[in-house]
Formats: sequence, C-alpha cells, structure tokens
Amino acid sequence: MSLYQLQKFLYELNRDPRVQEDYRADRLGTVSRYDLTAEERDALVNGDVGHVYVLGANGQLLMHFAALLGIAWPDYIRTMREGVKKYGPVRDGIYTMTTQMNEKVAGL
Amino acid sequence: MSLVFTGICSHAPGITGRADMADPKLRDPLYDAYAGMREQLHASRPDALIVVAAEHFANFFMSNMPSFAIGMGEHYEGPIEDPDWLGIARTSIPGNPQLSKRLIHEVMQTVDVAYAEEWKFDHGIMVPLRFLTPDYQLPIIPANINCQGPPLAPLHRAWAFGEALRRAADSVPERIAIVGTGGISHWPATPDSGKINEAWDRKLLDQWQRNDKSALLSYSDLETYRDAGQGGFEIRTFICVAAAARGRGHIQHYAPIPIFAVGCTVATMDIAA
Repeated sequence: MSLYQLQKFLYELNRDPRVQEDYRADRLGTVSRYDLTAEERDALVNGDVGHVYVLGANGQLLMHFAALLGIAWPDYIRTMREGVKKYGPVRDGIYTMTTQMNEKVAGL
Repeated sequence: MSLVFTGICSHAPGITGRADMADPKLRDPLYDAYAGMREQLHASRPDALIVVAAEHFANFFMSNMPSFAIGMGEHYEGPIEDPDWLGIARTSIPGNPQLSKRLIHEVMQTVDVAYAEEWKFDHGIMVPLRFLTPDYQLPIIPANINCQGPPLAPLHRAWAFGEALRRAADSVPERIAIVGTGGISHWPATPDSGKINEAWDRKLLDQWQRNDKSALLSYSDLETYRDAGQGGFEIRTFICVAAAARGRGHIQHYAPIPIFAVGCTVATMDIAA
C-alpha cells in the first residue's frame, strides 16, 4: 500500500489543471510519476472509483476525481458500494463504509 | 475595535451542489436561516470576516499539514471545485493582508499558527460565503483547522486557537466577525453519505449553546469517529468559535437533510466579555 502517493496524485489532479490535462491525454504516463503499487496504478488508470475507494482514498479527494470523470453524484455513491462488493471492505484511511449494501441512507 | 459577530454554520457541498435534489420543504428553511444570519452579520458592520473552516485538501496536504493556518493574501480564488459540481461560480474574494498579519502576530503569542499568502477556497468557505456575503465584497480572512488528515490537533488546542483569535480580534481597531463552518455528525463522500446521528448532534449543539467548555472538550476522536463519522472531526471549528465568543449560543436552525449529507445548522453566539 502507498496510500500517501495515491492520495497525492488525487490532490494534485484536483488542484492543478495541467495534471488534469496530462491525465486526460496519458493516464498511465501521468500516474506512473507516483510511487504506486500495480493495483493502485491500475485502479487510477482505469478510473475505477470503487476500487480507489477500497484502497483507502479520502472521500474529499475521491469525490472530485469522480466529478472529473463525469460521474454524477448518485452514480458515485453506487460505484463505491460496487467497489466494496467486488474488492472487499475499505483497507485503509478514515472513509470506511459503515452502512449495509442496500441501506441507501439518502435514497441513492 | 473588537469582535462584533460570531456564528457557526454548515458548509456541505450538497447544500448548493445538490440543491435541486432536495425537498424544498427541508431546503428552503435552511436557506432562510442563512439569510437571517447574513442580516445579523451585516448589521454588526464588520470590516472583515474570519472564516474558521475545515478544508478538504484544497491547499494543505499530508506533505506538510498544519494543525492551524491563517491566510494573508490580497485576494483568494474559489471555488477550487468544478463550479457546476458545486453550484457556485468561480470568483475572486478580497482579503486584507495587512490586517491578517496583525491578527497572526497576536495569535502566535499562544498558538503556533501557519500562514499562507496563497489560498484557494473550497466548499468549506465558499458555501457559507455564497449565503453570507453573496456579493463577495467583505474582506475574508480564512483560517483552517486540520480535520481531515490525522493526527489531528486535540480539541483543547482548537479551544486555544479560538481564545487566540478572540485576543487577536480585540487587539485590532477593525470590527471583526468570526464564523466557524463544519458539520456535526456526518459520513460525507462515502456510501454512508446522508447518515446523520441526530441525537449526537443535538447533544453537542446543546453543549455548544451553553458554552460548556468541559463537555465540548470531553470527546475523544475515537468516540467521535464511532458515533459521528469522519465528518464529526469538524466539531473543532464549532469549539473554536465558542472559545472566541465566550457567550451563549442561539441555534437558528438545525435539521438533518440526508441529500445534503449533514444535519444542517445555522447558529449565532453572544459575545461575552
């Protein structure tokens, strides 16, 4: 796990339009600048928000990654649940899921 | 002159970004409460507004994370988020670096605060300003408490930061307003988004309203995380304001609004000697 590096990528992506351009043009090249595990790198290259969630990304970073990928709010919530279903419980960080898979607390 | 206004309010991005998804019967009374706070704020004729926020990696990251920071820029840009996502247009907000420096100098007598001449406002500041200073004319001095990247400063240091802000506000000739922004219990940006522990919120707001320092400082981060989620760490901003105001609080509005992901709160506090 290199959650710090994963989150650093998201932090820089969210802040810097140049990183956003780079990521749009060359996802693999852009994320390869960071010291990531193969799993982290693949999740970011695939834009797999549910997987990045399970890897422990802080939601305050992740929700903007989702917005950048054009994922609407209800789909963002759904994608995280699907990530947990597919990859298991959140492995790190402070944004773990505490509700049940079908709980839909805000109706989403 | 002194501190002239103190209050707290919610800053959740859904309040503006997901406005259309909310039941107007829940949403509109909240918006009315913000409008009421705006009137009270401006009636106090402030020269500057200190917004004590809990930012979310817009400016500060684990590469070098200050527990407390104050801005001293000429102006600030916001929101850093996609304007369409947040429902707030990007704009430039005036600061007052000369005033910031004097405030920081006084705060530093007791709290080792970081300073920043560059600061991009995220929803933690932009959502409150959208309601409180919608023309963005009032100079803003951003202050930040780290509530996102543990280890977090203990609650008694948030209290000390509030005391320092009070002393600083009282030491300058300008009329200073302070608004703390944050959530009470909430689990934002997770599949839990919308979960709200209303009983926990009401207990904390009651303690805040009574300005019960020992009760407010009694929460451990472990308990807060268990009962109020990672969003609950933002009670530091409310605690900071209570320490600055020293008076009794008045809850203008509290209502859980799940699509906004928080118990939406607007409150003011009397300024006591």
